[in-house]
Amino acid sequence: MRKVLLFLPLALFAAVVLAFAFRLYAPGDAIIRSRMVGKPMPDFALKPIVPNHPGLAAADLRRGAPRLVNVFGSWCIPCRVEAPQLEALKARGLPIDAIAIRDTSADVAGFLRDHGDPFQRIGDDPTSRVQIAIGSSGVPETFVVDGKGIIRHQHIGEIRPEDVDGIVAAWEAAR
Amino acid sequence: MIAETALAALWLAAALSLLQLLFGIAALRPGGSDVAPAMRPVAVAQAALVGLAFLLLIQLFLRTDLSVALVAANSHSAKPWLYKFAGAWGNHEGSMLLWVTVLAGAGAAVALFERRLPERTLIATLAAQAAIGLGFYAFLLFASNPFDRLFPAPAEGNGLNPLLQDPGLAFHPPTLYFGYVGISIAFSFAVGALVTRDVGPAFARAMRPWVLGAWIFLTLGITAGSYWAYYELGWGGWWFWDPVENASLMPWLAATALLHSVTVLATRDGLRAWTVMLAVVAFSMSMIGTFLVRSGILTSVHSFAVDPQRGAFILVLLVLYIGGALALFGLRVGTVREGSTFEPVSREGALVVNNLLLSAILGIVMVGTLYPLLIEALSGEKLSVGPPYFNSVSGPLALLLVAVMAAGPLLRWRRDRIGAMARRLAVPLGLTALTLAALLVLFPAIGLLPLLGLVLAFGVGAASLAPLWKRNLRRTPLFVWGMVISHLGIAVSLAGMASEAAFTRETLVAAPIGETVSVGPYRVRFDGVEPLAGPNWSAIQARFTARRGDGSPFVLRPQARTFHSPPTETSEAAIATRLDGQLYTVIGKQDEKGRWQLRLWWKPFVTLIWLGGGLVALGGLLALLGRVRRRRAAREDEA
Repeated sequence: MRKVLLFLPLALFAAVVLAFAFRLYAPGDAIIRSRMVGKPMPDFALKPIVPNHPGLAAADLRRGAPRLVNVFGSWCIPCRVEAPQLEALKARGLPIDAIAIRDTSADVAGFLRDHGDPFQRIGDDPTSRVQIAIGSSGVPETFVVDGKGIIRHQHIGEIRPEDVDGIVAAWEAAR
Repeated sequence: MIAETALAALWLAAALSLLQLLFGIAALRPGGSDVAPAMRPVAVAQAALVGLAFLLLIQLFLRTDLSVALVAANSHSAKPWLYKFAGAWGNHEGSMLLWVTVLAGAGAAVALFERRLPERTLIATLAAQAAIGLGFYAFLLFASNPFDRLFPAPAEGNGLNPLLQDPGLAFHPPTLYFGYVGISIAFSFAVGALVTRDVGPAFARAMRPWVLGAWIFLTLGITAGSYWAYYELGWGGWWFWDPVENASLMPWLAATALLHSVTVLATRDGLRAWTVMLAVVAFSMSMIGTFLVRSGILTSVHSFAVDPQRGAFILVLLVLYIGGALALFGLRVGTVREGSTFEPVSREGALVVNNLLLSAILGIVMVGTLYPLLIEALSGEKLSVGPPYFNSVSGPLALLLVAVMAAGPLLRWRRDRIGAMARRLAVPLGLTALTLAALLVLFPAIGLLPLLGLVLAFGVGAASLAPLWKRNLRRTPLFVWGMVISHLGIAVSLAGMASEAAFTRETLVAAPIGETVSVGPYRVRFDGVEPLAGPNWSAIQARFTARRGDGSPFVLRPQARTFHSPPTETSEAAIATRLDGQLYTVIGKQDEKGRWQLRLWWKPFVTLIWLGGGLVALGGLLALLGRVRRRRAAREDEA
């Protein structure tokens, strides 16, 4: 009995190593799924931030057709990286609205001039209040909202070229 | 050329560690070999070479040699001098080089200064230390080469994570590593003793100063790291149960248990197998901690860019070293003769309880740290384990441990009577009861854990001084002073923790300039903000004028900093330290109405936490000096 007991630490260690190895070779995806997926957009009404785009309210997302909502900031580098992909989504017929986080009118205008303007409506969220309410913890993020204002999909981080088809599919599915 | 010279030195050091291992094996073979005398010089030369490589890495960082990939990725020419210097270990490769430098340095120290250990055990110990070194040299050279060149060299580097741009970076990692990696000596001693089957009081007395030395650094490193996180992260907390904090706490818990069990082995020849086990566990915890952080399987503020291949490499090393040592333990410790026995109520008995409680807390911290990983491996569900678990599960055990700590030093070796112990504890027990009554009257709403913490802190603080009672203070041995001061330090630290938990006052407001806010006994006027340009950052600096009652006002200037390279925002708290606590102020963002977010805390006696940590380390230092002095005296007697 004592002999077996002496090897107990080794056995425990072996179990820990197995767990480590498992995790090392099957790394769990680090993305935390939004609890907002499947839930309606909370109520909000954001003022416009640039003159040539109207502001964005939750009511605008309940007009019967699915839309994308892009959460971005002119100060955010990955947002520039994803700009061509947003253009591509627009070209494939997806309507896109945006929420500008902690931004200024001049900066957003400059961003749209330099990196393209795929947006219909842009709401001004200077304190991130709406961003937090809709379950977004960073920029950029992109939501697929169906015609009844229910969040169907949340893409966290920049949209890379390989993500475009997936987002189109999520938008198709929301119809 | 510097990088190439450094790389050559690193390869040579690796070759010497292989030589040291082979010499050791040859010398331990039946019949022996005449290479044994070469072990000590080889160990010293190996440490000198890796030390040279490390100094050259610092030199590369000081020069901002951007043709070296590591420098380009982690430094920037516009960085202040101190952060170029300390930036050498503010990254994965550099900190691993520091790791092996400390490992080799510890081996060299044993080679130079250890004269007590039987020769065969010493050879086995140095061989074990070389074996550990070899694996980590391979890791550096094949998977984390700090001296890789980058061609063409970029015009500018990426800069250092601004959270690390703090004087703390210069002190905290080296101090912690001296302890964290220095405890490898205990591991090698244990392996050496298992190889030669020589576990006894002589072995324990030889090992004790090395364990003490590493433990002092570990204590200081954890204390310094806690204070650094407290003022740098701007959350006002001093311990976050972050996986890496846990990774440093676990070796400390094991080393603390080891420190106590090695005393039983040295004095009474008991707890032989257990002491060897703890020596193996302590450094195993350091290696597991290194693995957890560097493989990226747990995320933490201490993670650098992670790479599964590196993780796999370290995991293989873990299996070899920890698995090897535990297998050797299972095979050999059965043949180690049982030590002497003792009664439950005795000094040994109290030390066993100390060891069981420390091990239980170690287990709790380890389960909490690894649980999310295990659950995700088994069910795919993601979860995180936070302070509520750690505090509520380990808190009561820690309080029990502190209570035992009060009684332990007053018990006699081998056998004692409860009645006699109670008489010795009468004064501290009385004080404990008095504190309890006073606290309940003054603060009826206090929480249970903080209440017990404060009560115990007073009682144990008094009890920790009891071993000096009726003693001639000038003739009391230094290591008794060490024990008393360390135990007092624990009580002081506990008082700080409990006071912080029970009495902290927090004010979070959005205030316009000119407004006065109160927090605890202070009234703080928000005078305004001004821009400020630093060496590689710019900041908004707020000006607060704080005043306590009718006292004289003083100014606090917290900053919200924006670093250019890499672009990051950090918050620099402004802290006013008073004898009875700290006023901690942070400036946040401005809202659309022009008001600023202010976060203010009054934390009574919070500084006791780190003061206590310092006392614990000071006690360790006194004990170490006492042991070394006594050892020298003993040697002179023999001569």
